[in-house]
Amino acid sequence: MRSPVLVESLPVPVTDRALRAYLGAVPLVDDVAVHQRVASLATRSIKRESKRAALELAIRMTDLTTLEGQDTPGKVRQLASKAIRPDPSDPSIPHVGALCVYPAMVHHAAPVLAGTGVHLAAVATYFPSGQATGESRVADVREAITAGADEIDMVIDRGAFLAGDYMKVFEDIVATKEACGGAHLKVILETGELGTYDNVRKASMLAMAAGADFIKTSTGKVAPAATREVTLVMFEAIRDFHDLTGRMVGMKPAGGIRVAKDAIRYLVLLHETLGTGWMTPDYFRFGASSLLNDLLMQIRWLDTGRYQSADYFSKD
Amino acid sequence: MDESLSPATVSHGPLDWSYAESKESSSIVTIPAEQGLYIGGEFVPARSEATYPSVNPATEGHLGAVAEGGAEDADLAVRAARSAYETTWRDMPGKERGKYLYRIARLLQERSREFAVLETMDGGKPIKESRDFDLPTSAAHFFYYAGWADKLGYAFPGVDPRPLGVAGQVVPWNFPMLMLSWKVAPALATGNTVVLKPSTTTPLTALEFARLTREAGLPDGVFNVLTGHGDAGAALVAHPDVNKVAFTGSTEVGRIIQRAIAGTDKKATLELGGKAAHIIMDDAPIDQAVEGIVNGIFFNQGHVCCAGSRLLVQESIAEVVVERLKRRLDTLRVGDPLDKNTDLGAINSADQLDKIKELVGAGTAEGAEIYQPACRLPEKGWWFPPTLFTEVSQSHRIAQEEIFGPVLSIMTFRTPDEAIEKANNTPYGLSAGVWTSKGSRILWMADRLKAGVVWSNTYNQFDPTSPFGGYKESGFGREGGRHGLLPYMQGVGL
Repeated sequence: MRSPVLVESLPVPVTDRALRAYLGAVPLVDDVAVHQRVASLATRSIKRESKRAALELAIRMTDLTTLEGQDTPGKVRQLASKAIRPDPSDPSIPHVGALCVYPAMVHHAAPVLAGTGVHLAAVATYFPSGQATGESRVADVREAITAGADEIDMVIDRGAFLAGDYMKVFEDIVATKEACGGAHLKVILETGELGTYDNVRKASMLAMAAGADFIKTSTGKVAPAATREVTLVMFEAIRDFHDLTGRMVGMKPAGGIRVAKDAIRYLVLLHETLGTGWMTPDYFRFGASSLLNDLLMQIRWLDTGRYQSADYFSKD
Repeated sequence: MDESLSPATVSHGPLDWSYAESKESSSIVTIPAEQGLYIGGEFVPARSEATYPSVNPATEGHLGAVAEGGAEDADLAVRAARSAYETTWRDMPGKERGKYLYRIARLLQERSREFAVLETMDGGKPIKESRDFDLPTSAAHFFYYAGWADKLGYAFPGVDPRPLGVAGQVVPWNFPMLMLSWKVAPALATGNTVVLKPSTTTPLTALEFARLTREAGLPDGVFNVLTGHGDAGAALVAHPDVNKVAFTGSTEVGRIIQRAIAGTDKKATLELGGKAAHIIMDDAPIDQAVEGIVNGIFFNQGHVCCAGSRLLVQESIAEVVVERLKRRLDTLRVGDPLDKNTDLGAINSADQLDKIKELVGAGTAEGAEIYQPACRLPEKGWWFPPTLFTEVSQSHRIAQEEIFGPVLSIMTFRTPDEAIEKANNTPYGLSAGVWTSKGSRILWMADRLKAGVVWSNTYNQFDPTSPFGGYKESGFGREGGRHGLLPYMQGVGL
């Protein structure tokens, strides 16, 4: 198996010993201080003009998501239209970052999104549990890509991570990355199942070393999903990885982000931790569904001074 | 990212997002053009009729005039306090005294925004601190001591604790309202009456608090405010009818007070300077430690007696810590204290700014290496950028003297023993901080650090239930908690 040479200290092929040494050097995290830092940044105050720009940016950063057992081709096509023109009454509103669906739904969305600039992301590798053999996981990815996905959201094998089998997690990611070809790989850590911020930071460093283009908090199927605290811990890992390798990795909090105010707080955290270089859809995405309508509603409010009824925004 | 991977049509570049100015409105406060001393429930001019302006350190603008009290005024204030002590307050049942304190606490909460703005205008601290820390903590102190007022017998079982009489309290300019609360709440709860001398440069919240006590119906003379300069404070402390002196401020003035009350039966608590060691072990959670360091030294522009002004970093991680610290410094926002996004406000006075500049000059002259982020300081007012010194030796002035500004001196150590030795190698002993992931090491270090407060994996945390005070030249006596009642009481065994 081909390992990417991203981290100098990791030999090719990677050995268990080298991987453990690499992860052993990951700084520990103090929970209380993380919560304090996040709380202190929640009081940042954003004025009108900046807020308008931030809301638009948040739309461009949204991975509009539907991941339900009841997803149908019709539902997916409707959501794809929404992704392209979130607010039909206002052509100045940009399209979202991507549409995120199950692999089986990809071929329904692909024709709708073709040529629009909206990316098509598929959750693969036996989302959400990841409990499948390596072969099946990779096959899942290949199918999604063949059907037209250009971004893959994979899940790590949390069981293997918690059991200390870091090699297994590493090799899974490498194999997935390979199967992705040119497609963008987002690695879901499912932080709600990792238990500690120390584990989150370690898993982040592991995923990035294995070739993740993005690291992502959650599937949205496990509580807690994204929190600003866990996002800060992952930002710090991204910063470390950038210091170590010069490579910029993106971040995607997903699940539980429903209102614009919350989204802006994430952007403040991003701005103060990683800086302006990361404030683009290339390096930051929100995994969300209902967030989009609140962003639209807040923009309408900024533009008109009035809150519109929720009925004026399409529910897809 | 690979060229082939970049999104096809997203044409916008990264958002260069700076926070727009977001100012807290100052229209919420009304500052009288001229304010007298608050004596016996009335605002009265100083006997000399002299006044002086209180100045906004962020603009150098005047915030109205206040009375310049002197020895005669101190005498009048003490008489008013004595009279209130003997006629109403001493003999009032604790339960009744407690009601007044609860009322004061609730009013402080209700008027919290107004007090926060006033505190920021008069003192220069960022509104986010006065709003989120100073005022909530002040109210918390009144609530806490209100609860003790009718339970003093339980605080000291077997003793019949009694008040002392008139307390003369002198508070500093760095936390005007909070220091007032630390002192006034336990004094009143225990049945003493108070003459408070606020700092020369920050008298406004104390005067507003006087109006608040009126609103709360506090009997006349129980709380009095003597504004003015050092001579007013000196007269108050030396007044023969003052039974208790409580002072927070510099060690230099603390010594003068000690001399002044020597040979009298006055009780005293002194909370003086500090040069706290903030110790970062090699197993510390580094990014959170960096936040802790920033909070430790740049909170309130470093105008904090317990500021973590001496950073002791284990040599093996010093490079990483300093690098991250510098990066973090670059994101600090210095400017208008009323802007809700400001992290560092104005230096409290021209005098203090001179003192900071003098010591920073000495640091550079002694060979330490200075780092200041590029930040534009406002033209008017008194400002100093966040500053780091590396290559600092234990013998440098910046490692020994209290700077009381946003200046951090960074030194290294090799072993835990050396960290303890360096940390304790100071005449001060107010506070210390330790960052490590090893629980046993925290306890080991806390046992050996000669400091009144040791924070572990955090810094600058305060709570009314927790006693605070110093060792050595950082003073004596404790404020806060059950311990904070003691200095205001007498009785068998107290």
